[in-house]
Amino acid sequence: MKRLGWIFLLLFPLIVMARVEVYQFDDPVKEARYKQLIDELRCLVCQNQNLADSNAELAQDMRRITYEMVSRGESDEQVVAFMVQRYGEFVLYRPPFQTSTAMLWIGPFIILGVAVLVLLIIIRRRTGEKADPLTAEDHERARQLLDDQKT
Amino acid sequence: MKARFLIPLAVFLVLVVLLGVGLTLDPRDVPSVLIDKKASEFSLPDLFDPGKTVDSSSMKGKVWLVNVWGTWCPECWREHDFLMYLAKNEKVPIVGIDWRDDDAEARKFLQEKGNPFIAVGVDPESNAIMDLGVYGAPETFLIDKQGIIRKKHKGAMTRQVWRDEFRPLIDELEKSG
Repeated sequence: MKRLGWIFLLLFPLIVMARVEVYQFDDPVKEARYKQLIDELRCLVCQNQNLADSNAELAQDMRRITYEMVSRGESDEQVVAFMVQRYGEFVLYRPPFQTSTAMLWIGPFIILGVAVLVLLIIIRRRTGEKADPLTAEDHERARQLLDDQKT
Repeated sequence: MKARFLIPLAVFLVLVVLLGVGLTLDPRDVPSVLIDKKASEFSLPDLFDPGKTVDSSSMKGKVWLVNVWGTWCPECWREHDFLMYLAKNEKVPIVGIDWRDDDAEARKFLQEKGNPFIAVGVDPESNAIMDLGVYGAPETFLIDKQGIIRKKHKGAMTRQVWRDEFRPLIDELEKSG
């Protein structure tokens, strides 16, 4: 029984990963904006993570800057502009629609369109491909073939 | 429709070409948006004398380098010898930014291995390096007499990068007003 208790204990992670910094906001709206911003800004160090998920030190500093700017009352646009000025549009997980990102935005729809088109063509062809009805001769040949098999 | 079986092959070849091109690109290489823009001014505490500051404004009218480094960064150790060579043999002042580092460690590093910098500022909170769009170390910036960033190199500075990219540009910038 005692052993079972020890095994049971192993089910609980002993090390709890916690974000180092906890920021206090005087205003829940600002807190929501902060969370939204760090969700949409990319960490430059581990590039497949956003600022919210990254533990990289640079991400910590970028979160701090975001926090400072938001609590100072600067707008989302100002925070985003600050980051884009320094790191380019690459920091944005939701890049703006413009010529350089047009393919990124429209690409999936183009691929979807092509796929639907190909599917339609295939379906069309399949339905058009109905075999001609068998003639009396065909029936005769089939019967002969089947008879041959029997003997 | 004899050529029909060629369709998967064609798709495969297109994929091979696309993936092949993808292999030659470095996904970590984010193009800097700050090239040919004015370098933001920085004023950082001096590594060797925290009472003093290292100011970018004091470099006005010079062609100079900014090197972002830290003792935690292995590539910075690797490039150190070459920075020493630059400091000794090439007439370009290098200002160091010691990024998110332990000051004592950094001082020890420079005292033991030599100090290629004319001044080193410490940046424990990434304020200056963020203004320079830095996201890894080492990075080396070339700044002209007007304070405009003309070149940026990510990773360790090497003889080849120096000879092919930095030296010719520096000569050109030195000549111009």
